[in-house]
Amino acid sequence: MTGVVSPADWAPVALTLKLALVTTAILLVLGTPLAWWLARTKSRLKAGIEAAVALPVVLPPTVMGFYLIVLLGPHGWIGGPWESLGWPRLVFSFPGMVIGSVLYSLPFAVQPLTQSFAVLGDRPLEVAASLRSSPWDRFFTVVLPLSRPGLLTATVLAFAHTVGEFGVVLMVGGNIPGRTQVVSTAIYDHVEMMEYPQAYGLSAAMVAFAFLVLLVLYTLNGRTGARP
Amino acid sequence: MKRIVLFCFCLLVAGTARAGEVDVAVAANFAIPFAAIAKSYTRATGNHVVVSIGSTGKLFAQIENGAPFELFLAADTRRPNKLVADGLAVAGSARIYAIGRLALWSPNHDVSHGAKALRMAGIRRIAIANPKTAPYGAAAMQTLDHLGLTEAVHPKLVMAENIAQAYQFVASGNAGAGFVAASQLKGNKKVPGGFSWLVPDGMHDPIEQGLCLLKAGAANPVAKALIHFMASAQAAKIISEFGYGVPVR
Amino acid sequence: MIWGTLRLVREGFSLDVRFDMPGQGLTALFGHSGSGKSTWLRCLGGLERGQGRVRIGDTCWQDDKVGIFVPAHRRPIGYVFQEASLFPHLNVRANLLYGWRRIDPQQRRVGLDEVVEWLGLSRLLARRPEGLSGGERQRVAIGRALLTSPELLLMDEPMAALDAEAKAEIMPYLEALHRRLSIPVIYVTHAVEEVARLADHMVQLRDGRVIAEGNALELLSGLHQQPAAGEEPGAVIEARIAAHDDVHHLTQLSLAGGLGLLAPRLASGEGGMVRVRIPAREVSLSLDVPQGSSILNILPGRIVATAEGDPGRVLVQLELEGVYGPGPRLLSRISRYSWDLLGLAEGMRVQAQVKSMGLARDDG
Repeated sequence: MTGVVSPADWAPVALTLKLALVTTAILLVLGTPLAWWLARTKSRLKAGIEAAVALPVVLPPTVMGFYLIVLLGPHGWIGGPWESLGWPRLVFSFPGMVIGSVLYSLPFAVQPLTQSFAVLGDRPLEVAASLRSSPWDRFFTVVLPLSRPGLLTATVLAFAHTVGEFGVVLMVGGNIPGRTQVVSTAIYDHVEMMEYPQAYGLSAAMVAFAFLVLLVLYTLNGRTGARP
Repeated sequence: MKRIVLFCFCLLVAGTARAGEVDVAVAANFAIPFAAIAKSYTRATGNHVVVSIGSTGKLFAQIENGAPFELFLAADTRRPNKLVADGLAVAGSARIYAIGRLALWSPNHDVSHGAKALRMAGIRRIAIANPKTAPYGAAAMQTLDHLGLTEAVHPKLVMAENIAQAYQFVASGNAGAGFVAASQLKGNKKVPGGFSWLVPDGMHDPIEQGLCLLKAGAANPVAKALIHFMASAQAAKIISEFGYGVPVR
Repeated sequence: MIWGTLRLVREGFSLDVRFDMPGQGLTALFGHSGSGKSTWLRCLGGLERGQGRVRIGDTCWQDDKVGIFVPAHRRPIGYVFQEASLFPHLNVRANLLYGWRRIDPQQRRVGLDEVVEWLGLSRLLARRPEGLSGGERQRVAIGRALLTSPELLLMDEPMAALDAEAKAEIMPYLEALHRRLSIPVIYVTHAVEEVARLADHMVQLRDGRVIAEGNALELLSGLHQQPAAGEEPGAVIEARIAAHDDVHHLTQLSLAGGLGLLAPRLASGEGGMVRVRIPAREVSLSLDVPQGSSILNILPGRIVATAEGDPGRVLVQLELEGVYGPGPRLLSRISRYSWDLLGLAEGMRVQAQVKSMGLARDDG
C-alpha cells in the first residue's frame, strides 16, 4: 500500500492551481471593463446584463456543465463551427475547463468589482480630469488604487471558487487522470474507490491551502488600511 | 481453450509493441472492481489504463458531446446499445461484462434465510433504490412481487435515490434492512457485519452491465485487448470476488 | 477674454447664459443655490457639456457648430472643488504633484516649493488627506490646482464646506491670490461677503439667467442691487490705511477724493488696501453737520438717486464729495416720513453719518 498521498496526486493539485490562476487572471482582465460599464452605465441593457452575470450563482453546476458540453462539444452551436475550422476540441481539455470556470466564477469576480466602482462616484475622476489626466491614466492611477479592496475581494473569490469547483469541471473536463482531473474530482474518485486515507489527505491539503491563500490576502487587505 | 489462445495472442502483441494506453470511462458502481481488473491487465501487458469514473448518465452525455474516451463500461446495457445505434460506438462491440447481484442486508436483524424476514415487526424501514431510475431498485421490487411480499412490506419501503444511498440508509441505521448490491457487501475493504441473503437468479430480470468500444478507440489495439481481457478467466475471478455474476459465454 | 454662450436643460432647471468675462482679476459668479452657477463653472471646465460656444482668448474650447469640444483633461485649467476632494490613496505631496507631473516640463511655470511656501504646506507634505482639517485640505487643493500652471483658475464655492474658523484661515490666502496670480480666476459663491472681499468683476445669476453683471464694487453698492436672502443692502468701498491710532484703537482710512473714515483698529499695516462694507441702515442723513454727536464719521455728499424700499422706507444713493473730487457712493435707508420731513430731493447736498461698518477685505 503506497503512502497516503502518492506522486500521482500532485498532478491534480498542479492542474487545479493552473486552472485557478488562469481563470482568475482572465476574470480580472475581462471582468474589470465589464464591471466598470455596469457600475456607470445608464443603458437599458444594464438589468439584463446584470441578470446574465448573476446566472451562474443560481444555476446548479451540473446543469451549467451539461449545457456547456452541449454548446462547446462537436455538435454544439459554438463547438461545431469551431472544430470545423480545424481548431482543437474545446471540451474535455484544459481550455474547455477554463471556459467553464470563467463562466462559473464570473459573478464572484464581477459583482465585487462593480460594487467597488459604483461606490467610487464621479468626483475622483473629475478631479483627475481637471489635473490633466486622460481617461486611461485616470483609470490606472485613480480608479484602480481606490478600488483595491474590491479587486482583492474579486481575486480571492474567483480563485477560491475555482479551486472548489466540482460539478462544472467534472462535466466539462471529464475527470481524466493526468489530463483533466482536478483536486475536487480526484477526491471524488478516491471516495468512489473507498480510498479514504487519500480522500482525507487531499481534502485536508485543499482546505489548508485555501485557508492560507485567504489569510495572506486578507492580511494584505488589512495592511493597506482599506476596508471593502 | 479458445479464450486462452486469444489471451496469449494478446499478450504477445502487447509484449512486442511499446507500452500502450487506453482511456476508459467506468460507471461509479464498478469503479473498484475495474481498478483491480486494470491493475491485473497492466501487470500482464505493461499497458497503462487511464480510468475516468462517473455516473452512467453523465458519462453517456459526455460521450455524446465529444468526450475522448475509448472504452465505456456502463451500469446498464441501454446506454452502450444507444451509443452503437447513434454511431458513436463500434457496431457489434456491445457486450455484457458483469451481472449485478441483488442482496438483502440487515446489520441487526436476521434476514439470512430470505426476504420473508422482512415481515418482522422489528424491521420498521426497508431501503430500496428508486425502481424507476435504478436497475437494483427495479430488481428489488420484482423480487418482492415474485415472493408475494409486496403488499405486506410496501408501507415500510423507503426510497433512496440510488444504490449507494440505499446502502447508506442501512449502514447508518436509518433503515433496519435494505436491498443493496452484493458487490457493496463484498467489495468493502471492511466487510460489514450483520446478516445478508443473496437473491437467487430468476427472482428478477438480470441486472446486466454492458460495455462498448467507442469510436475514439476503434483503432487502438490496447482497447480491443482490454475488452478481450474482461472476458478472460482472470477477470472473471476478480468480477465474482467483488460480488458480480460473470456472463455466460 | 473668456466668452461665449451656454445652454443646458435638465429636469426642473435650465441654464441660458451669454458671457464675456475679463481676462484678469477675479470674477465672481454669484447667486442662490440652484441658480446655475456651479453648472456654468463645470461647463467652462469641460466637466459637463452644455450647448454653445466657449472661447478663452484665441483658443476655442467648445463650438457646437464646428463640432469642437475640448475635453476637461486637455483644458489648461485649475479647478478647486467645494470639498477639496484630495486623493485618499496619495499623501499631500503626491496630491500636489499629481497634475504637475502630467504637464509638459516646458509648460511648468509654478513650482512645488513656491506653492508650499505660499500656502504654508511644508508641515503637511508627508501627511495623508484624512488627517487634515477642512482648511488644510482646501489649501492643498488650491496648491494642487495651481501646480498645473493653468491659464484659468476655476473655484467652485471653495469655502462652502468650511466652518467659520477654517474660512477665516483660508480667506487671507484667497485675498492674496489677486496679487500672486496673473491669470483670471472665476469664483462661484452664494456668499455676498466673499464677493465683497474678493471680486473685481461680478456676474449675478438667478434661475439660470444672468440678472446683473459688471464691476463688483459698483454692483454691490448699486441702488438696485439684489441682495441675497437675509442680507441688507449696503455699499462696498475701497480704502487705504492711512494710519493707526493705537491709543484709541482706531484706524484712519483714506477714500477716493481725499475723504477720510475712522474705523475700529484694523490688523493690516499702514498703506494696505482694504474694502469696507457699509450697510444702508447704518447711514443716516442730516441737512447740516450735527453738533455733539457720538458718531465719528460724518461725510458730505449729494443725493443722486432714490428707490422704494420696504413700505414706509426709502433707499437713498448719495455720492460723497471729497476735497479732491468725487468720493465713493453710499446707500442710506431712511423712513419716507423723514424724507418728507426734511424736504429731501435728488440733487440736494446732505451730510451722511456712518454709524458702523464691516470690514470686507484686508489685504495686509
